[in-house]
Amino acid sequence: MKQKIYILLLFPIIAFSQNSISGVVLEANEHNQNIGLAGANVYWLNTEVGTVTDIDGNFTLSYKAEYKKLVISYVGFKTDTLTINTPKKIKHWLQPTDNLDAVTVKSRKQTTVKSYFKATNVINVSSEELLKAACCNLSESFETNPSIDVNFADAITGTRQIKMLGLTSPYILIATENIPSIRGASQAYGLSFIPGTWVESIQITKGAGSVVNGFESIAGQINTEIVKPSTDDKLFVNLYGASSERLELNTHINTKVNNKWHTGLYIHGNMHNKKHDVNDDGFLDMPLFNQINVMNRWQYTDTEKGFVSFINFKFLNDEKQTGQLDFNPDTDKLTTNNWGSEIDTQRFEISTKFGYVNPEIPWQSLGVQTAFSSHKQESYFGLNVYDIKHNSLYANAIYNSIISDSRHKIKTGISYTYDHYDEKIDAGNLDSDFERTENSVGAFFEYSFDNLELFNLTAGVRLDHHNLLGTFITPRVHARYSPWSKSAFRASFGRGKRSANIFTENQQLFSTSRQINILNSGGNIYGLDPEIAWNYGVSYLQGFNLFGRKADITFDYYKTDFTNQVVVDWENSQEINFYNLDGKSFANSFQVEFNYNAFEGFDLRTAYKFYDVKTDYNSGRFERPLTPKHRLFANLGYETQIKEHGARWKFDTTFNWLSSQRYASTTNNPSEFQLPERTPTVATLNAQITKVFSSKFEVYLGGENITNLRQPNPILEADNPFGANFDSTFVYGPIFGNLYYAGLRYRIK
Amino acid sequence: MKKILIIALMLTGTLTFAQNKNAKASMEVDGICGMCKARIEKACLNTKGVKFATWSVETHELKLIFDERKTNTEIIKNQVLAAGHDVKDEKATDEAYAQVHACCKYRDEAVIDDHEPQGR
Repeated sequence: MKQKIYILLLFPIIAFSQNSISGVVLEANEHNQNIGLAGANVYWLNTEVGTVTDIDGNFTLSYKAEYKKLVISYVGFKTDTLTINTPKKIKHWLQPTDNLDAVTVKSRKQTTVKSYFKATNVINVSSEELLKAACCNLSESFETNPSIDVNFADAITGTRQIKMLGLTSPYILIATENIPSIRGASQAYGLSFIPGTWVESIQITKGAGSVVNGFESIAGQINTEIVKPSTDDKLFVNLYGASSERLELNTHINTKVNNKWHTGLYIHGNMHNKKHDVNDDGFLDMPLFNQINVMNRWQYTDTEKGFVSFINFKFLNDEKQTGQLDFNPDTDKLTTNNWGSEIDTQRFEISTKFGYVNPEIPWQSLGVQTAFSSHKQESYFGLNVYDIKHNSLYANAIYNSIISDSRHKIKTGISYTYDHYDEKIDAGNLDSDFERTENSVGAFFEYSFDNLELFNLTAGVRLDHHNLLGTFITPRVHARYSPWSKSAFRASFGRGKRSANIFTENQQLFSTSRQINILNSGGNIYGLDPEIAWNYGVSYLQGFNLFGRKADITFDYYKTDFTNQVVVDWENSQEINFYNLDGKSFANSFQVEFNYNAFEGFDLRTAYKFYDVKTDYNSGRFERPLTPKHRLFANLGYETQIKEHGARWKFDTTFNWLSSQRYASTTNNPSEFQLPERTPTVATLNAQITKVFSSKFEVYLGGENITNLRQPNPILEADNPFGANFDSTFVYGPIFGNLYYAGLRYRIK
Repeated sequence: MKKILIIALMLTGTLTFAQNKNAKASMEVDGICGMCKARIEKACLNTKGVKFATWSVETHELKLIFDERKTNTEIIKNQVLAAGHDVKDEKATDEAYAQVHACCKYRDEAVIDDHEPQGR
């Protein structure tokens, strides 16, 4: 009985909130016939409340007194905005655009955008930009971006490693939709487990970043937004083939289940089964591999109530084989017949995201993210065995609101992480199992102030309790000041702390004859202490007009100072040593970037980068090995005007130049296995042409490393891989020469 | 008795609702560009009790959320007028209008033409 009274009391409110407006959208015609327009968009201006007309052009839409402007739009018709004062039935004729002498104002969207307004130094990379280098997974997506450097990790696995501000990827927080994803066991190969076509956009934050996603980031943060079932193409097919006989297939299928649910199935497969040995050292230049990668996403949206939710399932199976040409895993595995390696990875992931935005109070929102992943890698490199299992749980709840008014925003929340590592190593002098559990509970608070014009500030702090890292505070602050038009001065500082997974992050060490030593024993992680670093940065962005066309220039200076670092010491060519930093370790980077839209459709992007990355090793202070001091980058892009059905040509070329890099010392080796102190300089050129036939179909053709630059002898003692000086880690440039590829994309919207 | 109490409680709930902490309102405000937007929104937010203000350059609609216990639309309107922007039924004083930046003189035909998208 009581319940009924409650319901009755609620009734008038519900009836009020369900107030709706209905009407019909018709196609304007000479005879004033009632021809309904199906599929027209009808929405309230500046809200997310909208609908699509049915087959007869009818629609019903919720109505509130504050909604005044109703927008009706349809492709090929003029968009109309109606002022609604009372929710009476609407009958509206839309005019086809070809009846009007309308000139649409075109503003070409840039594919890589730097914000003038945000406090953080964020670069947004759209999916259009990712198409410029059509290959193939996230690790290859940064080729056209000067803020991220891509190089090869070793001469065996063909793994690409990314660097930011001169620091390798373990120091970058790499997240998928704000859930830290490439960490722990997936650190080494994880970037190649996210297919390029799944990526909707990438946000690169230089420097400290936000406290919301954890305490681990030091050099910066990279967030990848994945395509959404509600906005991605109904069907998308991408085929890619390269002259190396690498094949890739991507298929996306997205379906609308009902008004609120959308689902998408994304399947990626790649394989490479051809053996190449261009440099005649008896070793494969790139591994043989095959990968199956499947993702299923479910999206729930209820814009009226303000709910958005995602549920994702992912499964990956990746197999690599590499080593000597004659290596046959069936007969030669873990023998000295031939040197070979196999890396098998299986990964399962389930993640959910729940968001609520109060439709009444636009500044109030709540988000909850959870993710579970299970990652298993079984591998051997010659006689060295390395297996790792990593189970991880992540949960984060964020509440957004304001203090007094919308210029003072706050974000606060709590997070929990759990990681279990189980590693098995059997490598020469080291035969042991390492098992550890890490868990942490944390709370964060971030305040943003925006005075709407010249200045804004984001200051965040988090407090975490971690079973191995202790209880600690992570502060991070960003500020922006724009004293004059199109300018942005930025400054930031912040702290990061992490446990180094020494083996998985440095897996290339297994493809050497080096003896593995951990020189400390007092710490909690392999006997080592956690890594702690402070990052400071300043940046100046200025937009201007050059000969009447848009241009901008950016100066960045970032400094990372390690309070403690797990030093990875390659300086004795017979050993690899891990120890806690005793002294200084720092990475200073300076970048100047110039972008210019020289004429319609033509964009130029150039950058110069200077790195000063040094560490105090036991043998003295040296430049970090294989880190060039100077880098030049240039990217030219040209797109022809869009013709009928979206047809056009796109041309893109990227040039990279690296100054000489320091080799880790080889003076302990016999003279025939000694390397010079520094590498030669490296210059590479990539190019791609895309022919868009229509919005549905396009083909592309491209070349990587067109000038055919090769590092002649990437492997030391390649003819005796079980000898004392075998080493595949001295890689400074491409091993495989030039490579050509072609592909196609087909989509149904 | 219990029921009456519940109903009474519910009613007080509705009554306090009348003094809405997050009352919404919208008004038409004249202006022309992003600088105007910042000026109008700042004028509103600097009024005690205003929590949210967003003005659209295209539609000239100012949307507000404010605490009814602390302020009302009349006060906010006067703030907007004081900042030099006309509202639908009332013009800003000439003194106030004189303060807006030269490029924001929204009453001036030449300035309006300047802000028209090119190619029209």
